Amino acid sequence: MSAVYGPIRQIAAALAWILGIGLSAAIVALSRPDFGLAELVEAHLEESGVRHPVTAVLLNYRGYDTLLEIAVLLLAVLGILAFRPPGPASIPDAAPDSSPVLAALSRLIVPLIVLAAGYLLWAGAHRPGGAFQAGAVLAGGGVLLRLTGTIPSFESPNAWLRVSLVVGLGVFLAVAALPLFEGSRLLEYRTAEAAMVILVVESALTVSIAAILATAFIGAAPPRIRCMSPSRPAHSAEGERAGQS
Amino acid sequence: MTGISSAAPWIPLLILLPLMAGALSFLFGPRGHRSLLAATMTGIWFSLIRLILDFENAGLQHYPIGGWGAPLGIDLRADGLSLAMLGMTATVGSFISLYALGYFAGDENRGIRFWPLWWLLWGALNAVFLSADLFNLYVTLELLSLSAVGLVVLAGDRDSLAAGLRYLLAALAGSLAYLMGVALLYGAYGTLSLERMAGLFRPEPANTLAASLITVGLMLKTALFPLHFWLPPAHGSALAPVSALLSGLVIKASFYMLLRLWFEVFPSALTEVFTQGIGSLGAIAVFAGAWLAFHQEKLKMLIAWSTVTQVGYLFLTFPLAAASSTSAPAALSGGVYLAVSHAVAKAAVFLAAGAMLKVTDEDRIDRLEGVGRHLPISLFAFAMAGVSLMGLPPSGGFIAKWLLLNAALSSGQWWWAAVLVLGGLASAAYIFRVLRRCFLPPREYAAFHPVPLVMPLAALSLAGIALALGLAAAYPLRLLQTGAPLLLEASAPSTVAP
Amino acid sequence: MHVTVPTGTLGGGRKSGTVMIGGGLIYAMAGVVLFALGFYGFIVHAHLVRRLIAFNIMGSGVFLVLVGLPQRVAGTPPDRVSEALVLTGIVVAVSATAFGLALVRRLYDLTGETRLPNDPRPEP
Repeated sequence: MSAVYGPIRQIAAALAWILGIGLSAAIVALSRPDFGLAELVEAHLEESGVRHPVTAVLLNYRGYDTLLEIAVLLLAVLGILAFRPPGPASIPDAAPDSSPVLAALSRLIVPLIVLAAGYLLWAGAHRPGGAFQAGAVLAGGGVLLRLTGTIPSFESPNAWLRVSLVVGLGVFLAVAALPLFEGSRLLEYRTAEAAMVILVVESALTVSIAAILATAFIGAAPPRIRCMSPSRPAHSAEGERAGQS
Repeated sequence: MTGISSAAPWIPLLILLPLMAGALSFLFGPRGHRSLLAATMTGIWFSLIRLILDFENAGLQHYPIGGWGAPLGIDLRADGLSLAMLGMTATVGSFISLYALGYFAGDENRGIRFWPLWWLLWGALNAVFLSADLFNLYVTLELLSLSAVGLVVLAGDRDSLAAGLRYLLAALAGSLAYLMGVALLYGAYGTLSLERMAGLFRPEPANTLAASLITVGLMLKTALFPLHFWLPPAHGSALAPVSALLSGLVIKASFYMLLRLWFEVFPSALTEVFTQGIGSLGAIAVFAGAWLAFHQEKLKMLIAWSTVTQVGYLFLTFPLAAASSTSAPAALSGGVYLAVSHAVAKAAVFLAAGAMLKVTDEDRIDRLEGVGRHLPISLFAFAMAGVSLMGLPPSGGFIAKWLLLNAALSSGQWWWAAVLVLGGLASAAYIFRVLRRCFLPPREYAAFHPVPLVMPLAALSLAGIALALGLAAAYPLRLLQTGAPLLLEASAPSTVAP
Repeated sequence: MHVTVPTGTLGGGRKSGTVMIGGGLIYAMAGVVLFALGFYGFIVHAHLVRRLIAFNIMGSGVFLVLVGLPQRVAGTPPDRVSEALVLTGIVVAVSATAFGLALVRRLYDLTGETRLPNDPRPEP
C-alpha cells in the first residue's frame, strides 16, 4: 500500500470510522416504511407487458431512468473518444496478444457468446436477464475479438460503428416520443403494445451497449503501440503468429 | 403541493430534444451541425415558451411519465423555480452555442467532439430542473458530471486532462454521498418521489444523517469552500465556451437541488447550526475566493476563482431564508436571482475572455494592455458583465444582492449584510484589476488573429442580458414566486437541533 | 412508525421488541463497511487506479445498502424497485469507471505519472 502523509491518513481513518459507525447506527434506527412499492409493482404487472417485475420496473414504470442511463453509457464512450489525439496512427496496428491458443478458442467461444447474449435478451421478459446483461456478454466477445486481432483498432469510428453506438439511445428516444403524437404521455405503453415496444427497445439497447462497452475498451488504447518495457518490445502481427505467446 | 397533471408535450420535449440532438450530432459528425443547432434551439425555445404560458394559465405542472405517477413511476414537475432555471439554461446555452460556432470554426476536430457532449449536457441540465424523483436526480447528476468532464478534457492538453480527472473524482465522490443519503431515505420511507418524501419526512437523527450526506455530496458538486479545490483548475484550463458552461450552468444544477431538497423535502431538519454554518462557509468562500482571484496571473484562473466567490454568496441564501418567514421569500428569490444573474454574467465574462485570448494568444493578465483597442466589443462585454458580478446597479447582480440585503436586515442578521457589502468591494478589486490593465496604453502584440464576429457579439448579448435582468426584474421575480413550492413551504422558523 | 431495536441474533432469529430482523440488515451493514473502507481508500491513496477501485468499492457499498435496507425486517417480500435501481447504478458506475480509466491511461501516456499533479501524498 502506498505510504501517505500521516495527517491525511489519520483524518481519513477518523472520518471513515465516523461514517461507518454513524451509518450503522442510522440503519438500525431508521424508521420503517408503512407501505412498500412491492404491491404496486405486482398489481400493475400485466399492464406492463412483461412478466418479470424487475424488467417491468426497469423498462416500463421507471423506463425514463433507463433512458438516461443509456445516455450516460453513450456519454462515457463519447468522452473517451473525445480526447484521443487527432490524426492517424503512426505505427500499423498489431494485435496486442495473438497466441494461437487464444485464436482457436475465440473461434469456438464467440459464436457461443452471441447465442448466450441472444438468450439473455429474450429471457429478460420473464426471468433475470435483459438488454444490459446481453450487451455486456456481447461486449466481452468484442473484447476477445480485439485481443486476437480480428477487430482492428481505429482512429475514428466508422459509420457502422457510429450507428451501433447511437441506435440504442435513438430508438429509445423515438419510442419514448411516439405517444406524445397521440396525445398520451412520454413512454406511455400498456400490455400488448408495451411488450412489443420493450422487445424493440431492448434489442436496440443490446446492440448499443455491446458497441459502447467494446468501443470503450478499444478506444481507450493509445493509437500508437509503445514499448512498454524492455522485455516486451513492440512486434508486428507476423512476429506474433510465429509462435510467441 | 397541488397543481395540474399535464399531458402537454412541452416538458418531455425539453429533455428529449437535446438528447436527440446529441445522438444525431455524433452520428452525422460535422455535416449539418448548424441546421441541427437551429432546429433544436428553435424546438427548445418553443417548448419553453409554451410551458411558461401553460404555467401562467394553470400553475404548477405535473407530468407523470408513462402515465404511472409517483410512487410507482417517475414524475416530472415544472414550477416557478424550475422555469427560472430552464430559462437561464436556454438563454446562456443558446448564446454559448452561437459562440461555439465561431470558436470552433478553424478547429474542426475539437468542434466535432464538442457538440455531442454539449447537447447531452444541455439535456442533463433540463432533466435536473424538471425531475421530481430522488433516484432520477442521481442519474441526471451523473449525466451532467460526465458530460462536463468530457468537455473539460476536450482541450486535449495535460493540464486540462489532470484538471478533468480531479473534477471526475470529486464529482463521483459527491454522487456517491448523495446516493447513500437517498438509499437511507428510501429505506426509511419506501418512496423516491420528492412530494411524498416531503410529506413523510421527520427530523430524526438517522434522517438527518441522510440529509447531511446528500448535502455534502451536493456541496462538493457546487464547489463550496472547503470542497472547492477541483473548480479553479477545471474551469481555468478548459476551453472558453466550456468554462462558460461550467461556471454558468453546471454548478447551478447542484445548487438548485440543494434548494429544492432543503426547502421542500426536509425543511423540518433545518437547524440554526446548519444554516449559520453553511453561511459561514459561504462567507469564507467570498473573501478567500476574492483574495485568490486578485492574485491570479492568468485571466481564466481569475475568472474561475471569481466563481468560487460567487458560489459563496449563493450559500448565504440558507441562513437568510431559514431565519424567519418574513425574510424567506426575499432570501430565496434573491438567491435564485443571483444564480441566474451570475450564470449570465459569468458566461459573458468567460466568452469575452476567450475572445481576447484567441485574438492575442496572451493569457496572462499583465500582458493584456490595451486589448480594448483591438477588441472593443469584448472588453465592453467584460466590463458590463463585471458590473453584474460586482453587484452594482443596474444589473441582475444588484437586484439579487438587494433582495439578500433586505432579507438580512429584516431578519436581524446584520453580519450577512456586512458580508454582502464587503464582498462586493472585494469582487470589484479583481474586476478592476483586469479592466485597468486593459485600458493601459496598448503595446505591440506578437500575434493578432481575427475572430468571427459572433464571438464578441455573443459575449456582449449575454452581458446586455445581465444588465437587463436588473432593469426588468419584475417579470422574472413574479415567475419565481408564483406557484414556487419553496416559498409556500419556506416559512419554517429556525429550530433548535434535537 | 416503529423503530427496530435489535436485541437477539440477526438473520431472522428471535423477536426483538416489535419486529423481527431480516437478512437484509446484514447486507446493509456490509454495505456500510464497504462504504467506509472505500472512502478511506479514496482519500488515502494517491495512485489514480487505486482511487477508482476505491470508488467502485464505495459504490458497491451503497448498492448493498440500497438493496438490503428494504429487507431489513423479516417477512418483507423482495423489493423489485431497489433491485432495478441498483442495476441502473451499476451501469452508471461502470460508465464512470471506464471513462476514468481511459483518462488515467491518457494521463500516463502524456506525463508518465499515475497520480494527479500537486498531490501532497508521497510517491507510492
